[in-house]
Amino acid sequence: MNGRPVRVVENLNHALHESMLADSRLYVLGEDIADPYGGAFKATRGLSQANPDRVITTPISENGIVGVAAGLAMAGDAAIVEIMFGDFAGLAFDQLLNFASKSVSMYGRPHPMRLVVRCPSGGSRGYGPTHSQTLLKHFIGIPGLSLFEMSPFHDNRAVLAHMLGLGEPCVFIEDKVLYTRRMAGDGQVDDLFDYGFLGAGDTAPAHVYTEAHGDVDCLIIAPGGMAERALAAMRDLLLRHEISCRLVVPSRLYPVETDALLDAARHAAHVCVVEESTAGGTWGAEVAHVLHERLWGRLRRPVRLVHSADSVIPTAVHLEREILVQADTIVEAVLADLRGEGSPV
Amino acid sequence: MTNDLATTIATVPDGTGSGSPPADADLATMLLIRHFELALLDLFARGELHGTTHTCLGQEHVPVALAPLLGERDYVFSNHRGHGHYIARFGDPAGLLAEIMGREGAVCNGVGGSQHIFRDRYLSTGVQGESLPVAAGVALHLKRHEPGALALTYIGDGTWGEGAVYEALNMAALWRLPLLVVVEHNGIAQSTATDANMAGTIGARAAAFGIAHMRVESISPAEIRTVAGPLVDKVRHGAPLVLEFVTNRLGPHSKGDDTRTDAELRRVRAADWHAVYREAPGFAEADSLAAAQVAQLVDEVSARQPAVWSTA
Ligand SMILES: Cc1ncc(C[n+]2csc(CCOP(=O)(O)OP(=O)(O)O)c2C)c(N)n1
Ligand SMILES: [Mg+2]
Repeated sequence: MNGRPVRVVENLNHALHESMLADSRLYVLGEDIADPYGGAFKATRGLSQANPDRVITTPISENGIVGVAAGLAMAGDAAIVEIMFGDFAGLAFDQLLNFASKSVSMYGRPHPMRLVVRCPSGGSRGYGPTHSQTLLKHFIGIPGLSLFEMSPFHDNRAVLAHMLGLGEPCVFIEDKVLYTRRMAGDGQVDDLFDYGFLGAGDTAPAHVYTEAHGDVDCLIIAPGGMAERALAAMRDLLLRHEISCRLVVPSRLYPVETDALLDAARHAAHVCVVEESTAGGTWGAEVAHVLHERLWGRLRRPVRLVHSADSVIPTAVHLEREILVQADTIVEAVLADLRGEGSPV
Repeated sequence: MTNDLATTIATVPDGTGSGSPPADADLATMLLIRHFELALLDLFARGELHGTTHTCLGQEHVPVALAPLLGERDYVFSNHRGHGHYIARFGDPAGLLAEIMGREGAVCNGVGGSQHIFRDRYLSTGVQGESLPVAAGVALHLKRHEPGALALTYIGDGTWGEGAVYEALNMAALWRLPLLVVVEHNGIAQSTATDANMAGTIGARAAAFGIAHMRVESISPAEIRTVAGPLVDKVRHGAPLVLEFVTNRLGPHSKGDDTRTDAELRRVRAADWHAVYREAPGFAEADSLAAAQVAQLVDEVSARQPAVWSTA
């Protein structure tokens, strides 16, 4: 079907091709990213053929390759690193925390660092405890480091260009399940929901609604990888329970999109922040803190956090389902919130 | 066989009557660094500096010897023990002292302090081993965009415990990067002797990657340049090199933390270039000149206003 939007991984692939074409100083590094293999999730397909000198397939050295990328950025080039599974970004943590992000400011004057570390993340694919995590929360609150997440609403071409233009390192979370889904198009999600953006600019948060304006029962805030499950929950809540929800999907997760989220939250009686991270020190806690500070007394209840259980992520499909946030988890959380029940966590 | 690349060249220690004292300019820089470091320890002792610092007492000749082998386009990555590296490159003790004291004129506006300096193509970080992959990345940039230039990174013997070192050596060898790893092997890491830290040798580790290795025992800048110069030239053409200096840490690890025995300290002091060359003609005069220069510098910088950090 010709008019159908492309799959997310194709959009990402186009974004990588276009970025390399637009900037002759951009390098892409990662394990097994060269053709014909084209990366574990095929995001870099065709890239090394088109740019043989600037697409570098590397040894299995996450710390080393993020360091090399930081060196390129330091010297005025730009670099995108693919971490094969985002879980392995743990091995590159020092380079991100103590070198790349700090170099932007620790030498007493601003030094631009054009560096993006791409992290295929998340579960629901049965890859087990060390290949299914979303490390988002571990990268929050690092000065000089921004966090973005891939979403079906945000064109990766614009997001990638934006991250490279920031002049400070970015971690880009890519939910692996999203790769095979289609990009949203034409402002319409399905028969029930439309979408738009909260503000101008290619990375403005997206919002999904039945009606763009007016008050709703519940605002759901979720990163791109959670959008599909949040939408399924919203459909169920509307059709079976007559509860109206609006969804906000920020492209930039940190720093938190304070203004857009506050505006959206002012039109909802309840707010839930949904993410796939396991419990404890989550992104949602950071968002909730921002909202509480400004909206305390206006919100009917504290912002409710919905995240995966405090557990490793099991491999077997039935066990994994129990641990990770599903559409039903969101439905139950919203219903509980509306009933005035305390949060289970 | 890539291993043919690896060479281990040992040169005899100077001071046995064979080598001549350093040329005036070299000696002047070595003495400047020496007195700079002594002044820092003194400032700490008097409570006029806070934080920490790691002096390069005993190792001053290493960056002085290497300085003329480097060009402006070359990058230098330094570590925690980097004051000598900086002064040998820029001859700017005032900017460095201001940085360490947080005064006006500080190279990095007082944000980086002793271990985090960035100026032109010189950069230091305080996390052991972290600079090697970064230097490899810079070397990759240089190879592509400025052929002939190199990236030098200084590390200590203890830093060979870090995995980042091996990831970087592997990539440097694979991709034939102009990376020069200068090892200041002073036999100790903080409080731990090398033989409790390192299995095997640095030479054998370099050889495992097919990377050339040269071990230098000399303390004579001229002699060091003669033996190391040709290999440094090869680095510029994509043959990475590990250049290992056998040297001595004369002072404490940082400020007063030295647990070595008296016998060991006596050995270290006897091998110090300052002791070896002290009878040479003109040495005493040069020494007092450097001491006076640093004393004046300390007075001048201490009187400056606090550094201002504007993040805009
Ligand atoms: C990753 C890391 N671990 C520990 C330290 C603390 N530390 C600073 S210097 C040092 C010893 C380094 O020894 P070596 O590499 O031999 O250099 P030297 O101090 O002898 O010049 C240690 C453990 C550090 N700065 N970075
Ligand atoms: Mg040492």
